[in-house]
Amino acid sequence: MSQLYYRQAIRDALREEMHRDGRVFLLGLDIGRFGGTYKATQGLWEEFGDERVRDTPLSEAAIAGVAVGAAMTGMRPVAEIMYMDFITIALDQIANQAAKLTYMCGGQARIPVVFRTQEGAGRSSAAQHAQSLEAWVAHIPGLKVVLPATPYDAKGLLKSAIRDDSPVVFIEHKLLYGVKGEVPDEEYLIPFGQARIVRQGTDVTIVALSRMVMKALEAAEELAREGISVEVVDPRTVVPLDLETILASVEKTGRLIVTHEAYTRCGVGAEIAIQVVENGLHALKRPPRRVCGRNVPIPFAPVMENYVIPQVADLVKSVRELVS
Amino acid sequence: MSVQTPAPSGILNAVDPALLVRIHLTMVRIRHFEQRAIELFMAGELPGFLHSCLGQEAVPAGVCAALREDDYITSTHRGHGHVIAKGLRFDRMMAELYGRTTGYCKGKGGSMHIADFSQGVLGANGIVGAGVPIATGAALSAQMRRTGQVVAAFFGDGATSQGAFHEAANLAAVWNLPIVYVCENNHYAVSTPVSRQMRINSVAQRAAAYGFPGVTVDGNDPLAVYEAARAAVERARSGGGPTLLECRTYRWMGHYIGDPATYRPAEEVAWWKERDPLATFERKLSELSICSQQEIERVHEQVRAELEAAVEFARQSPVPAPEDALTDLPQ
Repeated sequence: MSQLYYRQAIRDALREEMHRDGRVFLLGLDIGRFGGTYKATQGLWEEFGDERVRDTPLSEAAIAGVAVGAAMTGMRPVAEIMYMDFITIALDQIANQAAKLTYMCGGQARIPVVFRTQEGAGRSSAAQHAQSLEAWVAHIPGLKVVLPATPYDAKGLLKSAIRDDSPVVFIEHKLLYGVKGEVPDEEYLIPFGQARIVRQGTDVTIVALSRMVMKALEAAEELAREGISVEVVDPRTVVPLDLETILASVEKTGRLIVTHEAYTRCGVGAEIAIQVVENGLHALKRPPRRVCGRNVPIPFAPVMENYVIPQVADLVKSVRELVS
Repeated sequence: MSVQTPAPSGILNAVDPALLVRIHLTMVRIRHFEQRAIELFMAGELPGFLHSCLGQEAVPAGVCAALREDDYITSTHRGHGHVIAKGLRFDRMMAELYGRTTGYCKGKGGSMHIADFSQGVLGANGIVGAGVPIATGAALSAQMRRTGQVVAAFFGDGATSQGAFHEAANLAAVWNLPIVYVCENNHYAVSTPVSRQMRINSVAQRAAAYGFPGVTVDGNDPLAVYEAARAAVERARSGGGPTLLECRTYRWMGHYIGDPATYRPAEEVAWWKERDPLATFERKLSELSICSQQEIERVHEQVRAELEAAVEFARQSPVPAPEDALTDLPQ
């Protein structure tokens, strides 16, 4: 085991897969000589050179589309969209092309492409550099959607994403890059569609995405001191979704909170909650709750930003209300 | 995969007669396929939209004659001509237009999305301009795999106003990719004439912004198209990078079948129809004694017969089961 930063875990996954498979290459803005805006590709250009670590012009549609075309014809590109907010510019290539071409051509195409990006608020990046837009891509059939919350998950899931034969949107969190965690020295993969029970509990289930996993753990710690036992479940991949693990947790606790930074309205949390209602209503002692981002653009000033993004205190309050 | 030997360069009478015959056959195939598809569509046999490329036959015929079998193309919503020229079969195309299981896309794509990866047809795109970055990616892949393959990306004049086009063309220039951007300038983006789409005199001028050559040719002359495409393909294959090839042509029909196309002056349509690319080419072939009138007529007959067999094949082919809609997603 080594203690690695999340960004190092990402980089190690990329490096290992590039060594394993000569078809894997990276493209994106500032990923080469500069090492990536969040330094997740640092050192890879020095190691693999211009051909396999490709700095691009500032052209998200071309980055995504070129990755799709290369993936269709025998390569395994990992394309970086620097901020998930910028995915708007690349969205046709991701949602209309990568996601659909296999189906549209009757299954002929294999498109092994990974779109790496990062989302999340918490450092005053304001409305166009802090959104969490996983619901947009999760909505489109044909895309797998991954949100690693720890260095361990980031590495194992990214290696799986690169080996997957279909398009994967891999969403990192900008405030997790500097988080350290244990990562095995030996190789491992984490399959998609397997949620992780991060903390066991008996009174309330919190299903948390991305950085909200850390906040949910803090809330659980605080609530434990009051004698409330919280189970924290991280789906890790929202497409495919491990509903079974979530349902088993709700069977035990009878209470469900879903939490993510993304806007509440039409968020992934709504989808998870309704799937639990459809399949496990009998187990629910109380209606499920969403503790998610407020339905406003992300504001700049820290005090306002903290207000619109769910905090530990919001989770604690919501749990207390559910168990009262 | 067979590798086509390059045709000798030069004017019509310097070109290998076999190549002229092949280009002619391709144009006849496109012409009849499009005419028959219109009839079937008007008779209510085909669901969906139909975007006809009648009148534009010389462009795909000329460009694809300059490609190797293992080269790639990307196509558009007006794509039947491109995929016929790249070697796709009438029967499976027609079956796709009918939405049958025997179609190239098992009825999941339809007229706008015919693809055959085994023939290098990387799909026809319903989003204008969206095939251009994909084609550029295929060119990157060819460059990285060192296969010597070249990509021809087909698109219309309208697509050159899309950001995706500009982004991809610029990237291809920066990376010196083996690609030919083939603009079929048919002078209208749906109803909007080129004069209201851009302030430049030719689409080819756009190439200057990326730093690679832009060439304009008569898109109704298959040999002019072929010669320009051959030069561009050679340039791409030998590491010279991209070319923008603007082929000026005209679609005889409206944007889609059913579009009355009242935005076009009747004299303009008549002017272009007088310059029918197929009839003009056939006159030349006949004048130069490359084909007799009889031989030309025989080609038409053969193509018509093949087409009728394809229509029958499509009509007799199974309709998909509703739940077939749930298959062929990425695994």
